Amino acid sequence: MKKVYINSIASISPQKTFDNTIFLNEIIDYNDTVIFAQDPDYKQYIPPAAARRMAKGIKMGVVASKIAMDEAGIETVDAIITGTGMGCMIDSEKFVSAIIDNSEQYLTPTSFIQSTHNTVAGQIALGMECKAYNFTYVHSAISFESALLDAKMQLENEEAQHILVGGVEELGEHTTKVHRLINHIKPEAVTISEVLDSKTEGAVFSEGTNFFVVSNEKTNSCYAELVAVETFNTLQKEKVSEAIETFLKENNLKAADIDVVVFGNNGDVDFDGFYNQLSEGIFSKTQQVFYKHLVGENNTVSAFGVWLASKILKAQSIPEIVKINNVNSSKIKTVLCYNQYRGQNHSLVLLKK
Amino acid sequence: MSELKEELKAKIIEQLNLEDIVVADIADDDALFGDGLGLDSIDALELIVMLDKDYGIRLSDPKEGRKIFESVQVMADYIQEHRTK
Repeated sequence: MKKVYINSIASISPQKTFDNTIFLNEIIDYNDTVIFAQDPDYKQYIPPAAARRMAKGIKMGVVASKIAMDEAGIETVDAIITGTGMGCMIDSEKFVSAIIDNSEQYLTPTSFIQSTHNTVAGQIALGMECKAYNFTYVHSAISFESALLDAKMQLENEEAQHILVGGVEELGEHTTKVHRLINHIKPEAVTISEVLDSKTEGAVFSEGTNFFVVSNEKTNSCYAELVAVETFNTLQKEKVSEAIETFLKENNLKAADIDVVVFGNNGDVDFDGFYNQLSEGIFSKTQQVFYKHLVGENNTVSAFGVWLASKILKAQSIPEIVKINNVNSSKIKTVLCYNQYRGQNHSLVLLKK
Repeated sequence: MSELKEELKAKIIEQLNLEDIVVADIADDDALFGDGLGLDSIDALELIVMLDKDYGIRLSDPKEGRKIFESVQVMADYIQEHRTK
């Protein structure tokens, strides 16, 4: 089986992460319960005629894919695989609202066409005239990992050489209201420094996209080797440590071999215990980092965790703003990302330098 | 009539999300499709729905749209003659 490498990355998030030459140098502080992605100059990447039909999620996905492709130095790929938990919410809401407002009449085609979950992957393929495998995984908080796993297996088995894989989520006004109503969004605004200790239920909701070119050949732009990906729909809290140790053992590692662990804490008092038991348990002597205080929570934000892990491995440095604790590690060789959302859909992604 | 043409231009811009175009950029006789504003078949469907919803004009044959949507002037003439609301 071939090894799999992350040869390029791209991120559009509530922080200014779309420029790959910088690494969380300038942090935008928020004091809110919902935070939006920082917009790159979309016009630089998408012709106006195409952009006018694209909602924010599609624009973000198309631009991030172009940044990743540019960095990888390739024109096309053997597959485009995306993950999204909620899909194109803005156009979905627009279309459904039109159905209700106009008593199921006068339905226009644009928002309907643009509202499918596969719209982002489809638009990327149209843009690069790529007729290869095109697939979107819709599986809540493991949508991105499902896409990544598919890509990894295809590359290992040499069914493909280069694959563009990413996760994308956009905020829709109505859906956000619904999430607020069911207390999935924090009741009070919090700043980035308060998120972890907010002691309230819910998360700061957000949007964004992260794309990667993964290949079975290492290039000069390579960030990391993608060693293993595993997902769990359900996993009891008391079984998490054991599941991680089993996962590491399958990859000939122990918890002590992990140089950095990337946690998906979002400050939800009801569910951060999944991470805290690891911080105080099997990873108590490991450098721990987190990122959702900077970029919020959404169904594919764990892809930002993989972005962060990739950056850390390549830069061999960890921005202070993401550190949970301080453990000196002279060389960062192995990074593990662990994420779950509301106690379900757990994922483990193992990267090596 | 002039008011209707201005209204149509504003609706076309808003409905079709024509970024960077303002009412003053569209002349009454500018071609809406092809070399003019560069609208396409999806836009034509949007305009057919707009005629129905805002002016009570239901096109039974979508091919009729080709003539009606030639320019803002032609559209306004057609609406003036056939509108039911």
